[in-house]
Amino acid sequence: MHTFKALFDTHNWDSTLKSIFNKTTAEVKQALVKEKLNLEDFKALISPAAKPFLEQMAQKSNRLTKKKFGNTIQMYAPMYLSNECQNICTYCGFSMTNKIPRRTLTDPEILKEVAFLKEKGYDHILLVTGEANQKVGVAYLKNAIELIRSQFSNITIEVQPLNQEEYELLIENGLYAVLVYQETYHRHEYKKHHPKGKKSNFDYRLETPDRLGKAGIHKIGLGALFGLEDWRADSFFTALHLRYLQKTYWKTKYSISFPRLRPHSGGLEPKVEMTDTDLVQLICAFRLFDEDIELSMSTRESEVFRNHIVHLGTTSISAESKTSPGGYTLENESLEQFEISDERSTEEVVEMLKNQGLEVVWKDWSQFEPIQ
Amino acid sequence: MNNKLKIADKEFTSRLFVGTGKFSSSAQMQEAVLASGSELVTMALKRIDIHNEEDDILTHLKHPHIHLLPNTSGVRTAKEAVFGATLAREALGTNWVKLEIHPDPRYLLPDPIETLKAAAELVKLGFVVMPYIHADPVLCKRLEDVGTQCVMPLGAPIGSNKGLRTLEFLEIIIEQSNVPVIIDAGIGSPSHAAYALEIGADAVLVNTAIAVSQNPVAMAKAFKMAVEAGRMGYEAKLAPIKNQAEASSPLTSFLY
Repeated sequence: MHTFKALFDTHNWDSTLKSIFNKTTAEVKQALVKEKLNLEDFKALISPAAKPFLEQMAQKSNRLTKKKFGNTIQMYAPMYLSNECQNICTYCGFSMTNKIPRRTLTDPEILKEVAFLKEKGYDHILLVTGEANQKVGVAYLKNAIELIRSQFSNITIEVQPLNQEEYELLIENGLYAVLVYQETYHRHEYKKHHPKGKKSNFDYRLETPDRLGKAGIHKIGLGALFGLEDWRADSFFTALHLRYLQKTYWKTKYSISFPRLRPHSGGLEPKVEMTDTDLVQLICAFRLFDEDIELSMSTRESEVFRNHIVHLGTTSISAESKTSPGGYTLENESLEQFEISDERSTEEVVEMLKNQGLEVVWKDWSQFEPIQ
Repeated sequence: MNNKLKIADKEFTSRLFVGTGKFSSSAQMQEAVLASGSELVTMALKRIDIHNEEDDILTHLKHPHIHLLPNTSGVRTAKEAVFGATLAREALGTNWVKLEIHPDPRYLLPDPIETLKAAAELVKLGFVVMPYIHADPVLCKRLEDVGTQCVMPLGAPIGSNKGLRTLEFLEIIIEQSNVPVIIDAGIGSPSHAAYALEIGADAVLVNTAIAVSQNPVAMAKAFKMAVEAGRMGYEAKLAPIKNQAEASSPLTSFLY
């Protein structure tokens, strides 16, 4: 199978990072005025040389986002189905060796959580699990999707990587999108942070978007977990991945997320810090690089940051999120994957968006294909 | 006054059709739609809850002069388009559909093969089909052959505001068409719209240029005026364009 790996293996981490740091003011200026940006332009925009141009980048990002997406923000809600996990990930609250109570939602429990989110107005949902293939495998996921699909227009999952046939089965049953973050594109560091479990296989994860593309998924969400390695190099590889996928699976839509390491039980300190300024630079760089891509912002980020970022390129946000199975109606926060930062209610976030002249979009999808 | 435009069994006074996406609120959208004077307003099926009578977008479009035009934006195949159109007909009580099949999510460029297939089937099912397509003169004739009541070629990619970049082909389409030609995408300013009507397009459809402007209501009105002016100019027969001044010393006068 031809996959991204072939292209990825022709790139070297250290020389990539060096070339980003070597970008000049002249190259930044050129990238700012171009209409179609290539990967070298993207490097310039995320380089230290672009820092003095942040306001210009933000203005352009705002303009481009408005043109494509209008004055709107899409709302979505994550719903954790399980925190069972057989992986060891150094940064994650669900990591196998963490001594926390484990829980996997039953059908009635799922429906109770769903009722809460529907009451709030959500119509796009993100289902999240750890990786426990016996208990929370494809059969469990298929059942969950079947159970809730009449209540949501748009169902996304963020779960363990699956094979192509498994994705096809879920798509046939109403799955719209899959988020699969590489965490870090640094092969060696990846291994350090994922020493045990299926997730320790770097290549299998790297090739997941290829399997999704071949399965005909509507949307793939990419990203890296910032804090594990240098954010600039990881972002370049995300952009490289994106361009490859866009050319190869041209019917699929793509989104990018920007998770920064958050505190959790058994926590890991970020190796490389990413400041708010860095994150704004990166979001704007992605928008300038690609006018059409969806950019998503979770409640990992603070209230103040999120109030402003909705004008800088972001197209979808969540609110009032719980990161534990049953978090909305059944559990306290002891099972959570990480602490969220923006703790406002959905109503408060909606009010904030309206006050900023943004229309809140709840529904932007319909299942046009009759379910198998 | 402008001649009326007839599509299927409906007559339209306004030759400006508008879309409902990208506004900062439904209230603002409604105000802009009313200011545009448009009588045919399109909305994405994926954005509305067709089974909810209190759907925010639909509620704001309840006006006697506004005819709803559901569109199939988001579908990738003919099969999905037919399914979507059928759902819309049942729920909204209209057999009009703006057929949009764009499997490419970046530039939203229409798939000619799936569009032709879906158009043929929808016409058989009794729909008034308005297909969004490339400015492809042959495809326009093929669609006419299967019975679409108009064609909607693009001026430039959707949302690009670049104007009539496909001009050469639009002119051929207008010259050859037996059904109304509505220029659908890329119209970014009132002057683009006026020009489209001047060259003989029967109508234009505008969304982004109105919704994303600083003042959508004023912009809607500007488009209304531009479309009326363009059509009036067309009906009044534009004076021919001359590339050169007429020579003051004719070359053939020695013959007479």
